[in-house]
Amino acid sequence: MKKTDVPQDNSKSYDGQKKLLYAVDDSGHYQGVSSTGWDVESFATQMAVDDLDQQTALALEEARAGQCSPLKYHMFNLRFDLACLAQTSGYFQWQIKRHCRPEIFNKLSDKKLQQYADVMKLTVAQLKELPSIS
Amino acid sequence: MTDIILPITHQQSSHCETGVVSTLLRSKGLDVSEPMAFGLSNALTFVFLPFVKIGGMPLIAYRMPPKTIIKTVCKKLGVTLETTKFSNPDKGMQALDDELAKGNLVGLQSSVYWLPYFPEDMRFHFNAHNLVVYGKTAQGNYLISDPVFEHVVECPSDDLKRARFAKGALAAKGLMYVIKSAPKSIDLTPHIYSSINKTAKMMSGLILPFFGIKGINFLAKKIRKLPTDKTKFSKLFLAHIVRMQEEIGTGGAGFRFMYASFLDEASRLTNDPALFEASKQTTELGDQWREFAMNSVLFCKKRQSLTLDDVANKLELCAKEETALRATLLKLKR
Repeated sequence: MKKTDVPQDNSKSYDGQKKLLYAVDDSGHYQGVSSTGWDVESFATQMAVDDLDQQTALALEEARAGQCSPLKYHMFNLRFDLACLAQTSGYFQWQIKRHCRPEIFNKLSDKKLQQYADVMKLTVAQLKELPSIS
Repeated sequence: MTDIILPITHQQSSHCETGVVSTLLRSKGLDVSEPMAFGLSNALTFVFLPFVKIGGMPLIAYRMPPKTIIKTVCKKLGVTLETTKFSNPDKGMQALDDELAKGNLVGLQSSVYWLPYFPEDMRFHFNAHNLVVYGKTAQGNYLISDPVFEHVVECPSDDLKRARFAKGALAAKGLMYVIKSAPKSIDLTPHIYSSINKTAKMMSGLILPFFGIKGINFLAKKIRKLPTDKTKFSKLFLAHIVRMQEEIGTGGAGFRFMYASFLDEASRLTNDPALFEASKQTTELGDQWREFAMNSVLFCKKRQSLTLDDVANKLELCAKEETALRATLLKLKR
């Protein structure tokens, strides 16, 4: 990649930051060049972020309709997935799946909820809540 | 308590681990650039592990696993590195303060998600990010030189603690490293040739089909077999490859440009024009990878009548060029 070909596409995901890339000058020698983003890369990032946002929105809808517990919403909202939350919280995946059912979640003790709250940086009260409809 | 601010030359880098190594070595007076650290640690490779899932997607990497770079470089250059892990977070933070008070720059492994200075869209639960702490303010905020950022940043103590002790895959367990002693000067030339040789040997992969050139061909085969009816998964899969190649601080084209930069620098150090030729060839290879990324995204956007076969063909072309590069690198000898 030539220095002049380094993309400067002002990617949204960079949030005004710049990234360092390596590119060649006219004589073929390397230099570090900062880039404000590349459309190709930001499109891929956006797809992944959108996918997560969709899952979050779906979980929120389900939680409001009482089909799943708020835990499922918070899990996706904080960019955890089942495997990741299991590894960090110490619960098994099947336990988390169970806790995503509202009737089970409502019966959980605060001590058990605290375990989720700790790794998610929430309070137990926040964990039980859903964002209000604005 | 007064501010502790240790002298540091912050340098922006493409990749966190090589950046930290370079910053720490330069603070000890050893002039090792980021690409040089990357090249010397034979970190260039390709890995595709379909059975290891991260966020539902297979593991794809363009370099050796975390911590390889810092360990290999220090071993080769005769630098003594003290690494410590902690089971108790408070002890881990105390140890960090102690090292700072002694006047040592401290390298840390941490989770990206809990570092508040990261842009929202880049925060994922990834535990193997590296950074250098160079001080602490009187209010208790840590001063951090994060190699992927343009400028130095500040981070509250609680957030740093959370980031250092986040659990999960590749958990850092508060890993902290400090350079204890380093030689006054080093001759890089013999290390350069031996690392290039080792990298070239690794490129053909182990016996297993997941690594190096075999891994690339294996991935191409997987792309061909992606379901055409469930297009959402196919698109996310391709986007995932592109993200691993470009987004995760690789300096472009999955570290290929960084490696080319290493070869370029090596040729200047050793006055060996053959290394410069190899650098040019690696640049072309990198351009090929960028084209593959572009095609993958075009497929996702459905702009052109691209098929999965076209995308896979591009990837196989990369594999072919890697094979040619391997031959060139193997011929390099002093």
